[in-house]
Amino acid sequence: MLNHSDIMSTIDMIDHQHLDIRTVTMGISLLDCADPDPSACAQKIYDKICREAEHLVETGCDIERELGIPIVNKRICVTPMALVAGACETEDFVPFAVAMDKAAKACGVNFIGGFSALVHKGFTSGDRRLIAAIPEALATTDLVCSSVNVATTKAGINMEAVRLMGQTIKKTAALTADRDGFGCAKLVVFCNAVEDNPFMAGAFHGVGEAESVISVGVSGPGVVHHALQAVKGQPFDVVAETIKKTAFRITRMGQLVAQEASRRLGVPFGVVDLSLAPTPAVGDSVARILEEMGLETCGTHGTTAALALLNDAVKKGGLMASSSVGGLSGAFIPVSEDEGMIAAAESGVLQLDKLEAMTCVCSVGLDMIAVPGDTSAETISAIIADEAAIGMVNSKTTAVRLIPVPGKGVGERVEFGGLLGSAPIMPVHPESSAGFIARGGRIPAPMQSLKN
Amino acid sequence: MRAIITVVGPDRVGIIAEVCTLLAELHISVVEISQTIMERTFTMIMLVQATPGAPDFGEIQTRLQQKGGQMGVAIRVQREDIFNAMHTI
Repeated sequence: MLNHSDIMSTIDMIDHQHLDIRTVTMGISLLDCADPDPSACAQKIYDKICREAEHLVETGCDIERELGIPIVNKRICVTPMALVAGACETEDFVPFAVAMDKAAKACGVNFIGGFSALVHKGFTSGDRRLIAAIPEALATTDLVCSSVNVATTKAGINMEAVRLMGQTIKKTAALTADRDGFGCAKLVVFCNAVEDNPFMAGAFHGVGEAESVISVGVSGPGVVHHALQAVKGQPFDVVAETIKKTAFRITRMGQLVAQEASRRLGVPFGVVDLSLAPTPAVGDSVARILEEMGLETCGTHGTTAALALLNDAVKKGGLMASSSVGGLSGAFIPVSEDEGMIAAAESGVLQLDKLEAMTCVCSVGLDMIAVPGDTSAETISAIIADEAAIGMVNSKTTAVRLIPVPGKGVGERVEFGGLLGSAPIMPVHPESSAGFIARGGRIPAPMQSLKN
Repeated sequence: MRAIITVVGPDRVGIIAEVCTLLAELHISVVEISQTIMERTFTMIMLVQATPGAPDFGEIQTRLQQKGGQMGVAIRVQREDIFNAMHTI
């Protein structure tokens, strides 16, 4: 039977509250593309991606039209390239990124992730060659995203990798200096990276995954914000219940889209990622949800508690709505991609140290934060180490996506455009961490790793 | 295939008749209709079912949108599944 208000509320969510599916991501295993001959390997990579994802975009557009729900991104992620190209007799891994980029363009997707290495316990020769290629790969391709996992709860923190990634981020910024260090927006350093995350820039197709798989990332900060406006001043029990109900609805839609895409493409359904992913559009902000709970500006005292409640309620509401939940699942706090976060950072209320505290209770880490171009590689490494420690000890994923903007300093801003938004350049502590980073070695796995 | 058609716009005589005439031409049968006027805005929700001879979804959508454009109302057609998914357990 028709329920007038249910139907009109769904339409209102889509038209006025920015409800959308953020991404349909196809994961593709490239393990069978390994070849000692680098050009043969690159060709196999290109061919396999194009073959598997041939109908991805067209299918996404069909579902979008029939259900009347926008699917903002169609994306591909592949097996970490360090594993695929490790057998190649070459020092130069950039051509593999170029092959990924070419394939992504041929398929018409928005991004392709998986120019990645997993080095939490140590480096293979392939890992080292891949990391060395990251700056040039990100500077010379358009759609390729890269990630490196430097720590896990089980293995501890690979401090050599942390040092190397600080330098890699600086080099990437330098090679894309003409675009305000844009290459760094496509590079994530992880602790406890997940194998089935559909969101960029950190998506890759884990080795435990099937040949190919379809995962969906939902969105909906605007819908949650709108729902909370109806319970102004009420106790947190009511706030949590309201968020749960909203998250349930959003996730059900994600599940429907995932099942449809899986059926039509003949590819198994992987997971629905329950993340609340903001955009720079007004009315689509996670920061504004926190402020709706009673904070004058995101970043003031109480922000961490508000985010903890939001993150938990989103998961609880979403869990029952999907047969398979995975990925990062929580609330995202990317500064440049969130209108409220941008405003809070510009006002000076939201600081890097508070953002770090917030990452203890939400699903990601220090994300899309612009810092001064003269920030040293060691300072960036130390920020990565701090985030990795939070992830390692709390058995959660954390990530760092910092952009040291060449030639710019605190008080200036940077524009990345589109979903990546814009950001004020935030100050970092000027005191050196060089001696700490120079030590190298590994920070041992914590007690939490010994669960057996 | 079942779908929900929503028609929203300024009220005037004959909206239901025009929409239903087009649906008949497209071999689409109406299962249920709910319609109200709120502050002079006409809002109609129809549950419809495609019958043999109906064109594909894209064609139906284009024809209804064109018709809406001519009539000065917004006509949207979405598969029923999205509403069921979001509002029923």
